[in-house]
Amino acid sequence: MNGTGQTIIQLQGVGKSFGGREVLPPLDLDIYHGEFITLLGPSGCGKTTLLRLIGGFEQPDAGRVLLAGSDITDLPPNQRPVNTVFQSYALFPHMTVFENVAFGLRAEQRPEDEIRTRVAQVLAMVQMRELADRKPDQLSGGQQQRVAIARAVIKGPRVLLLDEPLSALDYKLRKQMQNELKRLQRELGITFVFVTHDQEEALSMSDRVVVMREGVIEQIGTPRNVYETPANLFVARFVGEINVFTAHVLETVDTERVIGEIEGERHELRTHGKSFPAGARINVLLRPEDLRLLPADAPQGLPGQVIERNYKGMTLESLIRLDSGQELLASEFFDEDDPDFDYRLGERVRVTWVPNWEILLPDDTARAV
Amino acid sequence: MTLRAPFKTAVLVLIWGWMLLFVLVPNLLVIVTSFLRRDDVHFIRWEATLDNYLRLFSPDYAAVFAHSFYMALVTTVLCLLIGYPFAYLVSRYRAAMKPYLIFLVIVPFWTNSLVRTYAMKLLIATNGLVNQALLGLGLIDEPLRMLYTEGAVIAGLVYVLLPFMILPLYAIFEQLRSDLLEASADLGAGRWQTFYRVVLPLTMPGIIAGSLLVLLPAVGMFYVADVLGGAKNLLIGNIVKNQFLDARDWPFGAAASLLLTLAMGVLLYAYYLSVKLIRRPETHAALA
Repeated sequence: MNGTGQTIIQLQGVGKSFGGREVLPPLDLDIYHGEFITLLGPSGCGKTTLLRLIGGFEQPDAGRVLLAGSDITDLPPNQRPVNTVFQSYALFPHMTVFENVAFGLRAEQRPEDEIRTRVAQVLAMVQMRELADRKPDQLSGGQQQRVAIARAVIKGPRVLLLDEPLSALDYKLRKQMQNELKRLQRELGITFVFVTHDQEEALSMSDRVVVMREGVIEQIGTPRNVYETPANLFVARFVGEINVFTAHVLETVDTERVIGEIEGERHELRTHGKSFPAGARINVLLRPEDLRLLPADAPQGLPGQVIERNYKGMTLESLIRLDSGQELLASEFFDEDDPDFDYRLGERVRVTWVPNWEILLPDDTARAV
Repeated sequence: MTLRAPFKTAVLVLIWGWMLLFVLVPNLLVIVTSFLRRDDVHFIRWEATLDNYLRLFSPDYAAVFAHSFYMALVTTVLCLLIGYPFAYLVSRYRAAMKPYLIFLVIVPFWTNSLVRTYAMKLLIATNGLVNQALLGLGLIDEPLRMLYTEGAVIAGLVYVLLPFMILPLYAIFEQLRSDLLEASADLGAGRWQTFYRVVLPLTMPGIIAGSLLVLLPAVGMFYVADVLGGAKNLLIGNIVKNQFLDARDWPFGAAASLLLTLAMGVLLYAYYLSVKLIRRPETHAALA
């Protein structure tokens, strides 16, 4: 499904400004049929605007929006085979759950029998059949969420747009709804375009993640792709915790490896296909879970001191201050049997990492946050 | 808390005292009076009767009432037809403009409505400004008869009462969430469908509130009918006024005024029911 499927939505040079401020510089994006694609970015990055352009609630200043090959740029929302789950849910307060869900079918003047059957079907799908006669304000947040989803899928849209639909739910309910949305997407077999600022949510749900900043797409890839080989420092920082060393290349070994100097030590580093000339300034990125802590008398590793320890249940996070002054976050799986594991606060340690798991980026600190 | 207790007592006494003295007692007096007989010397004679109410339902008065309610209804419908789109448009203006537009609606309040009614009389009189202008332009050969017609009374009522329609409608349009309109469009409803399935039901409390604020005064504003309507286009308010001030029949005036109050009560109850039925959209749990 990753990049190989048939394109359902194509954004071609789509741009949008509000009151002279360019929110979305012209961009291209292909969305494939049946995929779960997430637009991820901090607030104000243009992800919601992008979603609204697909839904037809905003008109692009430039570019075209294609759906299954035909141009829908000028179609109003009510003529697009696309439905939306709004962040506020936007349930009609004067209608019952049943009437809310039936709304789209009534707009098409479908026969009453068909409406009854189909509403019952989708309500069953989101486990809301018993509450069909309630008004929205008699429902909990999670229940309103389900109704909003049922209402949006009843017309069998080609694409379902979801604008931060889980942001108002508490942690446990959010987890549960994440799974349900995934299940629903598999059952319906339609494209989900999901907007969120929660990287964990984006990584756990999506087939592909589009990381955005200030209207610009920074990276598109599978969750793994984005997490393990971020295109730049912004992406690396946004999709999770990251440790960054500034370093420079001493010499090139071959197309896959360079020798770099980190904290005054020579290290062989994998380039993952990128090329860095000798002398180039680079950033070496390491996820906290890739770092390893060794006793102070170990033969290798960067010397430092444990200055903070946070017990996180499954993992133990340690903040290390290297002798150079740089601070690193290391996250290790809890293992009671491992004697090396239990470093005390203030204890001196050495820090290494799993070889070849480092990510090298050109030094783009000028653009980094 | 102890310091506040005397203040609280004082406020409560004041409010209850006020309500008792200026609302309850006068209304009780009116109710009692309406069941008594008139007296040429003492205004009322202490003798229980239902005659006043029977008289109200005599064909003569019933016709006046019907005509008055008819004019009030037309006034209300006209105010609604003008006020609804106006309130909608104002609510869609950018925030900086809204106070000015609402200010324009309120400005006429600063001039007494009686004065404005007289101004209107000058405009539409047989040799008033409107006729002179039309004659001058050659559009008509002889002056139109506009004053002392049913149309003049309705026009005057609409003119005076329009703000009472616009303000509650504006308030409700301001509460109308735009995401609901988007959701409606998203689900395939066109403009017209969105209007009657979403906008109209959600603004209904404003429509009813505005209509009540127009309808009730429109049967009572006797001076508008006095100034613009002549002898034939009477409002219920005129009857009440005439009975008290001219005919000196207090019991009958009291009965007529009670009928008005009763009508008002029925309408307010209808409003209460409708609001309960529609359920004001509460602050969204999701946005809390």
